[in-house]
Parts: sequence; structure tokens; C-alpha cells
Amino acid sequence: MSCHAPSPPPAVLEESPLKSVQPRGRFRTIALIGPPNSGKSTLFNRLTGLRQKVANYPGVTVEQRFGRMSGIRRHDLTLIDLPGIYSLGGYSEDARVAVDVLKGEMPGTPRPDAVLIVLDALNLSRQLMLAGPILAMGLPTMVLLNMADLMESRGGVVDPLALAQELGRPVALISAARGTGIDAIERFLQQRGGANSEIARTLPVIPIELPVLQNPGECRRWASQVSSRTKYKAPASPLWTRRLDSVLLHRVWGPLIFLTVVVTVFQAVFTVGQPLSDWMGNGLTLLGTKVAHTIPVPWLQELVRNGLWNGVQAVLVFLPQILLLFLFIGILEDSGYLARAALIADRLMRSIGLNGKAFIPLLSAYACAVPAIMATRTIENKRDRLATILVAPFMTCSARLPIYTLIIAAFIPNRPVLGSLIGMRACVMLSLYVLGFLAALLTAKLLKSSVLKASSAPFVLELPQYRWPTVRSLSLRLYDRSALFLKKAGTIILAVSFVLWVLSILPLHNGHFSDLAGSVIGKLGHLVEPALRPLGFNWKIGIGLLSSIIAREVIVGTLGTLYGVDPNTQALSLQAALRHDMTIGGAIALVVFFAFAMQCTSTLAVVRRETNSLRWPVIQFCYMSGLAYIAALLTNQILLHLL
Amino acid sequence: MALSEVEVGTSAVVASLELPHDILDHLMHLGFLPEAIIDVLRRAPAGDPTVYRVEGAEIALRRETARHIQVRRTVQNPDQTREQP
Repeated sequence: MSCHAPSPPPAVLEESPLKSVQPRGRFRTIALIGPPNSGKSTLFNRLTGLRQKVANYPGVTVEQRFGRMSGIRRHDLTLIDLPGIYSLGGYSEDARVAVDVLKGEMPGTPRPDAVLIVLDALNLSRQLMLAGPILAMGLPTMVLLNMADLMESRGGVVDPLALAQELGRPVALISAARGTGIDAIERFLQQRGGANSEIARTLPVIPIELPVLQNPGECRRWASQVSSRTKYKAPASPLWTRRLDSVLLHRVWGPLIFLTVVVTVFQAVFTVGQPLSDWMGNGLTLLGTKVAHTIPVPWLQELVRNGLWNGVQAVLVFLPQILLLFLFIGILEDSGYLARAALIADRLMRSIGLNGKAFIPLLSAYACAVPAIMATRTIENKRDRLATILVAPFMTCSARLPIYTLIIAAFIPNRPVLGSLIGMRACVMLSLYVLGFLAALLTAKLLKSSVLKASSAPFVLELPQYRWPTVRSLSLRLYDRSALFLKKAGTIILAVSFVLWVLSILPLHNGHFSDLAGSVIGKLGHLVEPALRPLGFNWKIGIGLLSSIIAREVIVGTLGTLYGVDPNTQALSLQAALRHDMTIGGAIALVVFFAFAMQCTSTLAVVRRETNSLRWPVIQFCYMSGLAYIAALLTNQILLHLL
Repeated sequence: MALSEVEVGTSAVVASLELPHDILDHLMHLGFLPEAIIDVLRRAPAGDPTVYRVEGAEIALRRETARHIQVRRTVQNPDQTREQP
């Protein structure tokens, strides 16, 4: 085993690329690192307040989170939150990113001047294994033992001074959740490096030998030696976590409670989220019309109402469902139940080539694929996560329901099937749900046996202790996720809806806008009609499909506009108009098309962000559209011959 | 014997791990190291994965992973904090 004496801080700071800009020896960039479940995110939120930025590291799907340390009034310091990892070794993307950032080799990220390591005080001997290799990198480092209050209340003991001597670095007991011990971090960050540092004066830091990272066995031995020499006593594991598990993971009660939780979440999202979305949509339409009326110039009025406001509306109607889903997912995750749910669902999910952690995201996709895809972050295995992202939009989301209900009401007679057990309409609706699920299942199988084969990481699930979720952490999560969605998806949706609007009013006739049928988009509808005719769609449906690229539910409004201006059908309601204009084969083909097609710019924008590539959303769009086309074609042709 | 064969409610000591390097590294950092004591706590309702306690943490592994971890039996001394399943 080779050993390494940490180089003193000044040497490191002299290597810093920032030395010419900054006064010598001053901290500027701080890295925060710690294992999963160590409370790192809570501390990050505590230190930065809400002033944080989220992006992706270049070329990888690892989320980069950083922010000014406004939480402790140090706006001059940038805190970088590194991914939660157990070790610096291994080949995981997360570990590679962490090492690159710490070494200053990550493009676009300045080399950190100092490191804060967060360790779970309840599990110190194991978590020290991560600290060893990081300390050996020689950056000025402070070790934070989080959840110290919990540890002490459960009878755990640690001597922070002895640990500081062992590690040769300052150590502080903190509670990120309660905000205790944060002042020690402030003091550490006040040092200017070099021999006159306050920490160097107050704490006797003796150069010590630390193991070099490679071998986990050596690391483990070193960690247990350190924890035994510092008289660390792990707290008793709380009996009630085990007791709760004996019910929640019980052979009979476990799955029953799991189902109850799932149904409750689902029901709540539909009974509360859907009306909220509708209400918000109506309110926004009203507001948009009112605002537009105050504008005297007609074309500007059109631009504001149809070009911009529609886009704003398309983004905002997603918010209630996203917030609700993230509230539930947040409660499940923070309480510790999410891991249990993953454990229960693993067997089922494995049969389709995914793992248990994919269950809740896929379930959320029945409400909306956007939060579902954002929730896949809990899946550590990148291949499984990608597979989950790619299949999630097949789940029957609520944006499909308007066109489903329109077509079903127009074309399917309300006759009982199977005695009076189920109505024919309900039967068709159910089939559409099953269809989406089957497509997801087949796609998952296909992906896991081809592109995403040979998933090297096993399914390893840590079951954290049960905890009460805090309002603070839940609201931060809601704020964070919705802000992210509004910023990243919002801009794209606005752009797309603006372009669609421009296409729907051009060309100008004597300074007047074209009507929809005569516009560029209308001409495109006519242009694609030959390709859509075998599916049983006419040019109006073609326009509807083109305009619904922004969001699925848009097609209903577009069809309304199109049939509204059609003199033949003006008097009839939209349903009757469609009956007049389409065969039943074409109608069924249309809903089948919507079951498969990726008609959702928000989802594409979120996939683009979460996979950090253009490739996957493009592949996904082409695959789903191709599948939709073929399925609709087959449906129409088969029904044409049957009926 | 393999870890996957150890009955629920008993413990075993890790003898060796026969897994690809990166999986090995991950598991070792979770505490699955030679000579570590592992308690088999419970199986998921569907019979798999199984929850193990190692180094004070509870970790679930699928059978397909656990069967590559070779263990030997310990003297039966379930610790005081564990409840009988």
C-alpha cells in the first residue's frame, strides 16, 4: 500500500487557475461531497438558500448543481454540489464526474479551492471510506458529521477533536436539517489559506498518512481503525424502523399497503390535479383574452393571444399535476417509503427488464410524462434510467384524454358489453390504456435486449431509516422542480408555439392573416394528406396532428376551429362534424395514433434535458411517430375490411 | 455457500466475492467485504430481493447478485436489537 501525506493548502492554491483574478489564497469555489443519504442536499439547500442553478455536466447525464452561498451570507463563494457517491473508484458516471471536478479537469467548472465532506454520523465507519480518498487529494477540506443530533439522541458517541487529529482536517458536528453547527463551516471558509489560517491556528493539524484510494479493503481497514481510535460508537438502530418494515414489507400487508398508497396517489392526482389543470387552463384563456382586448392593434392582439399566450398556457397547465406528483414523490422519498416501494415492485418490474425504482416514475407517467421523466433521477443505473425515460411517454397521460373522449363519444355507441358489466365506451377507453402499457412493455424489452443491453450495475437498494418529511425540504423540492420545468421546457414550448402560430397566419393577404385552412400549416395539412389517407385521416386531421406537436390536447381546439369555419358543418357540433367527415376506422385509427405518438413538446424538452443529448429525444420522437403511423395504418385497414 | 442461500433471521460472514470489478467496488464500499458480518433481515413480499444488514445499513440485493457472494456460517448469535421475523 502506498501512502500519501497531504500537501499543505498553500501549494494547492498556487496551482489554482484563478490566482491571477483573485487575491492570492482566497477561497472562491467550494465543493460539497458525500455519500447518498448523508443529508448532502439538505445542507446544500441550507448553505445556498434558493439561489441555486441546475445544469448538466457536459456529455453526461449527471446533474450539476451550484449556487452562491447566500445561506451563510457568503455571496462571494460558489458551492458546487457533487453527485452522491460511495467511492471515488468504480466506473460510475457519478464517480468520474466527482473526481474530474475535484481535480479541476471538468471543462467549464473551476477547480474547487476547498472541499466540504458530509458524512452521516449514524454510519460513520462505513462513510469514512469515502473521506479517505478525498482527503488524500490534498485540498483544504472540512469533514462534517451530519445528523449529529440524531446520533446523540440514540446513544451514539464520537469525539470530533480526536477525529480531526486522525484526519488532519477540521471536523464539525452539524445537523443540516436543524441548521446547527453551520457556524463552524462559516469559520472554516473564512480562512485565507496558508499558515496564518484561523483553522491552522486553532486546530493542531499534523500531517498524517492517508491511504491512497484504489483498494476498498485497505480503505475499509483504515476507516475502521480511525473510527475505533476516535472511540466512535454507532447509535442503536431504531427499533421502530424495523417494526414498521415488518408491517410495510410483510408478505400480505406489504403489497396491500403498497397498492393502497399507489391508488391514493393516483386518485389524488386525477381528482385534484386534473380539475386544477382545467381550472387553470380556463382562467388563463380568460385572462389572455382580456389582456389581448386591451391591445388596440389587431395583429399585435393576435400575436399576444395566439402566438405567445397559448404557449404560456400550454406550459402552465402542466404545473398543478407536476406540483402534486412531486409533492407525493417527495413525501414518499423523504419518509423512506419510496425505497420500500421499489423493493416490493422490483420483481414485477424485472419481468419487463427494468428495476423496482422505475415503478413510481412510470406510474406518474399516467398523469403526465414530464414529472415522471424528472422523477427518474432516483434510478442510479443509467441504462435502466434511460430505458424508463424512453418508455414513460407511452403511458396514457391525461393530455390524451380530451381526444380520446371526443372520438369515443362521437363514434362508439353507449352499449353494454359482457352483460351489463362494462359499457362499450369504457371498454374502448380501457383498451387504449392497455395499448399504451403494452407499447411501453415491448419497447422496454426491445431496448434492454439491444441498445441498452448488458446493464453492468446490479440492482442495489439501500433502505434508509424512516423519517418525517420536513415542510422545508418538500417545498424546496417543489420549487426546484417546477422552476426547472418552467425554465427549460417553457422556453422551448414558447418558441414552438410561436413558430406554429406564424405558420398558421402566413401568407398575408392584403395585410390580413390567412385563415387556418389557407395558411402554411393548412397547406402542409393538404400536402401530407396523401400520406394520411391510408390511415383514414383527411387534411383537417392532418392539420390537427401538425398543430398538436406542441401538446396532444391542442388537436381538439384545432379541429373545432377547422370545423367551425366549414360551412357544410357549421351548424353541427364537433362530434357530429367528425361523424360526418370520418369513417369509424379512421376515428379508431386516430386514437390509436395518439396512444403511440410523441405529440408533446414539453416531454421532448424534458427528455432533452434529462439525457443531456439531442439524440435521445430525436430517436424517441421518430420511433414513437413511426410506431403510431404503422399502428394507425393497420387499424384503419383492418377495420376497413372488417366493417 | 452463497449469500442467497442463507436463511432469513440468521447471519453469515463474507468469505469472497466473485463479481465484475465495478460491481465489486460498489458492493465493497457498501460494506460487503471479506470478514464482514451480514444479517439476513427479510425477503421482499415477492421472495426477491432480500434485505441484508451490513455495517448498520440495510441493503437489498437480488438473488442474481447475492449468489456471487460466498459466505460461511457464523455461530448462531442473533444480536439483541434484531427482532425475530
